[in-house]
Amino acid sequence: MITTTNLSKKYNDALVLHIESLSIPKGQSFGLVGNNGAGKTTYFSLLLDLIQPTTGEISNNDVVVNKSEDWKPFTSAFIDETFLIGYLTPEEYFYFIGELRGQNKSDVDALLSQFEDFFHGEILNQKKYLRDLSKGNQKKAGIVAALIGHPEVIILDEPFANLDPTTQIRLKAIIKDLAQTKGVTVLVSSHDLLHVTDVCERIVVLEKGQIIKDLATNEATLKELEAHFSN
Amino acid sequence: MIKQFIKLEWKSFLRSAAFKTNLALKILMVLGALYFIACFLLLGFGTYYIIEKALEKEPFEVINKILIFYVILDLVIRYFLQKMPIVNIKPFLYLPLKKNTVINFGIAKTAISFFNVIHAFFFIPFSIVLIIEGYDVVNVIGWHIAIMSLIYCNNFINIFVNSKDLVFALVVMVIVALGALMYFNVFDLTAYTSQIFTAFYNLPYLAIIPLLLAVALYRLAFNYFKTHFYLDAGLASKVAVAETDNMTWLNRFGSVSTFLKNDIKLIKRNKRSKTTVLMSVLFIFYGMLFFTGAVEAYDGPFWRIFAGIFVSGGFLFSFGQFVPSWDSSYYPLLMSQNIKYRLYLESKWYLMVIATIVSTILASFYLYFGWQAYAAVVAGAIYNIGVNSHIVLWGGAYIKTPIDLTSNKKAFGDKKAFNVKTLLLTIPKLLLPMAIYAAGHLLHGELLGFSLIVVVGVLGFLFKNRVFTLIESIYKTEKYKTIAAYKQTN
Repeated sequence: MITTTNLSKKYNDALVLHIESLSIPKGQSFGLVGNNGAGKTTYFSLLLDLIQPTTGEISNNDVVVNKSEDWKPFTSAFIDETFLIGYLTPEEYFYFIGELRGQNKSDVDALLSQFEDFFHGEILNQKKYLRDLSKGNQKKAGIVAALIGHPEVIILDEPFANLDPTTQIRLKAIIKDLAQTKGVTVLVSSHDLLHVTDVCERIVVLEKGQIIKDLATNEATLKELEAHFSN
Repeated sequence: MIKQFIKLEWKSFLRSAAFKTNLALKILMVLGALYFIACFLLLGFGTYYIIEKALEKEPFEVINKILIFYVILDLVIRYFLQKMPIVNIKPFLYLPLKKNTVINFGIAKTAISFFNVIHAFFFIPFSIVLIIEGYDVVNVIGWHIAIMSLIYCNNFINIFVNSKDLVFALVVMVIVALGALMYFNVFDLTAYTSQIFTAFYNLPYLAIIPLLLAVALYRLAFNYFKTHFYLDAGLASKVAVAETDNMTWLNRFGSVSTFLKNDIKLIKRNKRSKTTVLMSVLFIFYGMLFFTGAVEAYDGPFWRIFAGIFVSGGFLFSFGQFVPSWDSSYYPLLMSQNIKYRLYLESKWYLMVIATIVSTILASFYLYFGWQAYAAVVAGAIYNIGVNSHIVLWGGAYIKTPIDLTSNKKAFGDKKAFNVKTLLLTIPKLLLPMAIYAAGHLLHGELLGFSLIVVVGVLGFLFKNRVFTLIESIYKTEKYKTIAAYKQTN
């Protein structure tokens, strides 16, 4: 589904990302871990064509992302609060995204109804604009908005940060379900090793912009990751 | 401790995003500041003699008569432009500092702001001239202290008013009422206030009153912050109750309506954009300067078109120049969604066209000043819709200033918005229509002048699709730069 070849990103002379080759098959739940500055967000930004690669390219379902925009209809993401429109209520925001993705109001409502327990009564009908919600609730809204319109690729940057434990557990179930039963390719990054190993079939460790581990998740993975990050 | 604060301030000043522009712009900014200082200095020294020559009245009396407006205008300008100190207090809350020190510093900081200092450049030279002209030294000093104290009163009043729009609305209503009463000769406020200001000169020890008032207001501001020095009180940002509106009536615009609805919500729900709308209403009255003959320099027939373009295009200019910056806070979202630039641009275009038409209808009172006045407005509107709307969108593609929708800061112009490209674009926006009108006017007369403007406007309208394709391609090539620039919110 997603093929990365000879990708690099330099800022001035500093090489922040260099990936020779990485391919993520369709329906895989893919986890990206690494310390701050490892290049996780840079990789996701390149994948969304928000920054330009210095060399190489990423193709998403055979569409080279910085050459064509045809990847947009089947790809969605929540990276940070710049993906939220602060002056809209959560409902208006969902409908807006829905309209952009060719979903009418009842389609969106049907999707939202599946996430009632995820929202925990704090998102819908609150008479609040997104900018006035807490960081955690903003994140919930952003993540659900990324699920609107049956995307085939979903990119979530640090989805577990700022969420309460209950929501973290629910989110894990949602992500697993997307990859396993709906065949969606899900890419997440996280600092929480436990969550990633719970959710992802495959985990890639980035360090200073390079892939240094590429693991298929099993019982030993968490131990291995913990050992890796403790020295 | 104070030393630390001052150090911090100095750093925040030197490292502010505005300073990180290139050298040429820095020089330009310094020149601009010097220009304003020079203007005020010149005015300070010159006002006395200008009034004496031009009005043949006692200058000091005239000044005392209009001082009340000066003071009120100062307050209004402050309300819109002066930034309040509380914003920066948050990081100090948990540090081992005495609350009093932090608050005192926060308020004292406003005292040395540009908005106070600039007045000294006028009043000090003016006072010197008064002394040279034989006014008593002690009395002049008393008067001077009184006026400066009033300026500082404004400074502290603004601290309260700033957070309360209602208070400001009341102040504006009172001023408008007084102005109207004066205009119709019912009640002359200046008759009373000029006596007060004259009293400050005649009895210089009276200066103690405004001085004490300023001190009292300082104490009030201090206490206000002290009792509200909590994250959920004075330092909290207001949370508005959200209202939902589906705006189904906009559906008739078809696929553009998605964006159009969003844009209208953007304008309705954000402070910054509301200020823009307010400004464009003021632009409607800008033509008064031209058509009433109030300003001699504007009397030439060619200025009509200049006025007409501004009267109908206030919103177009003030809103349009910041497309796409209005969406800067969520630009990455838009760029990763499956949107069509054309629809996005068209939505902004529709907004500008609607606003231009509404302004033109509202401006129909210019008919009172003769058909030429309104014809200029209508011709200007057609030119605005046909030509300027495209140019403004084109120019916007090069302006990469992120906009903080929730604050009014920089609402009145931004140094970064001022670059060579946008400067060049003012030529077709304003000078070209003036030249076209002039050509027609000189060849045959007013009618031909207006007709030519209309023809050019309609021609521009016919090229809309081609222009949009061009703008679209600019937006695409500038995409990465724009995203990167919007990330740098100070």
